[in-house]
Amino acid sequence: MTRTATGRLFGGMTQGFALVWGAMVLFPLLWSVVSSFKTDSEIFQSPWKLPAVWHWDNFSRAWSESHIGRYFFNSLVVVTCGVVICLLLSAAVAYVLAQFEFPGSKALYYVFVGGMVFPGFMALVPLFFVVQNLGLMNTYLGLILVYATGGMSFSVFFLTAFFKSQSKELAEAALVDGCSHWGVLFRIMLPLARPGLVSIGIFQFLGMWNEYLLPLVLMTDENRYLVTQGLANLAVTQGYHSDYSGLFAGLTISILPVLAVYLVFHRQISTGMTAGALK
Amino acid sequence: MHHGKYRFVFGLLLIPLGLYAVFVVSPYVQAFPIAFTDWEGLSATYRYIGFDNFVALFHDSVFWTALRHNLFLLVSLPTIIVTLSLFFSAALNHRGGIRGAKFYKIIYFFPAVLSIAVVGVLWQFIFEPRGGLLNGFLRAVGLDALAQPWLGDGDTALGSIIAVVVWGGVGFYVVLFTAAMAAIPKELYEAALLDGAGSVQAFFRITLPLIWNTVQVAIAFLVIGALDQFALIKVLSVGPGGPNDATQVISLYMYTNAFAYGKFGYASAIGVTLFALNMILTVLTFRLTRRERVVY
Repeated sequence: MTRTATGRLFGGMTQGFALVWGAMVLFPLLWSVVSSFKTDSEIFQSPWKLPAVWHWDNFSRAWSESHIGRYFFNSLVVVTCGVVICLLLSAAVAYVLAQFEFPGSKALYYVFVGGMVFPGFMALVPLFFVVQNLGLMNTYLGLILVYATGGMSFSVFFLTAFFKSQSKELAEAALVDGCSHWGVLFRIMLPLARPGLVSIGIFQFLGMWNEYLLPLVLMTDENRYLVTQGLANLAVTQGYHSDYSGLFAGLTISILPVLAVYLVFHRQISTGMTAGALK
Repeated sequence: MHHGKYRFVFGLLLIPLGLYAVFVVSPYVQAFPIAFTDWEGLSATYRYIGFDNFVALFHDSVFWTALRHNLFLLVSLPTIIVTLSLFFSAALNHRGGIRGAKFYKIIYFFPAVLSIAVVGVLWQFIFEPRGGLLNGFLRAVGLDALAQPWLGDGDTALGSIIAVVVWGGVGFYVVLFTAAMAAIPKELYEAALLDGAGSVQAFFRITLPLIWNTVQVAIAFLVIGALDQFALIKVLSVGPGGPNDATQVISLYMYTNAFAYGKFGYASAIGVTLFALNMILTVLTFRLTRRERVVY
């Protein structure tokens, strides 16, 4: 076989491999979306056939009767507030650490960034009691604060680097012109940091939206379940009720919005997430 | 001026630092003393019992089973995921990128943006013995004998869960590795081609050494991540952790001890052990995978 023939064969094979993995990723997702339109008996008859009638009512049943809608709302409240508060807190800390030298500023930086090194499981029991003792169990506020502070280590790390990369001259010129420190922060530095804040925000949003362990421990009241937790709970208890079509619809409801957001921001998300790994 | 600066710094730091101290620093610090108590249930009283929890843990056969499973995950997950990811990255990057490489990368990354718990629910359906996708597929292609209750059988349960972790993990590392591969100068490959090197040789002689730093980070990530496996096992395994502790892991065992049995002291001891293992592994992974940095 000549080299070009081997090359072509190899080229064709790589296309084949790439395609196979693509199908392996995509097919289960497609299957669950299609199944969410079937009846229970159709689901068990054959995983391959399309539904005879496309049952949109599975979605309304999942949304209201299985409370996916309420869980979705809970997630939206907790995660949105969590991201915004996380960004506010982290930006304040990062700005101070990047712009000012004071006794202990280095140590403070390591206190914040060090949080990335420790396994979360270790702090789980004490965290449960901290939240309980503050009377914040099963409250939005409790989980919001836990999410916001939990995201601070990475955000402070990222934003400190960002603020350090900004030239100090602009801030100094503004100070000379009589602008206050607060004015410099809100009128100059934060607007400049917007791209950094957006990418951190997307990163944190995904992370918090997908969190499972913390709501499992801190949101034990069914009315306050978040969407991942609620869906997992439905799936576990489903064996007794068996509304599989509704459960598939619930699964689709929790998959599709995330994939839609990803498709819109895929470049920022995949580079942001992989950059996080390489920090 | 100076006075104003310190007031500003103090004013900005007060709330973030306070919240961070309460919700992040204090739980980590408290984990250590709680590990030395006999704290159980909802009682507010507890005694310090020295190393008793750790001694009990040492004699706890479930803990050792869990640890063995974690060690198995820790070897198998990095090996499988890194190998597959490198393979698919090389395939996508073949000759400077095959047709549709960008599109493939977007699809491969899908599972990485999904919640692990949601991925767990999806795969619960796939593994479903009756109407599940996997057994349906096996029956459709005539491999009826292979169809089985994947998660219900102790022999296949852990392997099935590993397959799900691989399914969810490969895309992320493909994106990571292809980004690193894109930074390799094309001239290197052209030179190698002139010297008569094939694609496979070029991969092992050029690509792999040049992206080794990234591979090292990936291995470290997966090794440490193997200790954190929780959501998939909680959602997918029967029990969870079963059947008969066949899928038991340290984090799940800690969670169960704390929030199902109320053994907070014991659970914290498991948490502190987990922390120690984590530290040892971090150092070991970077030591073992360290190589001379290749400059190009």
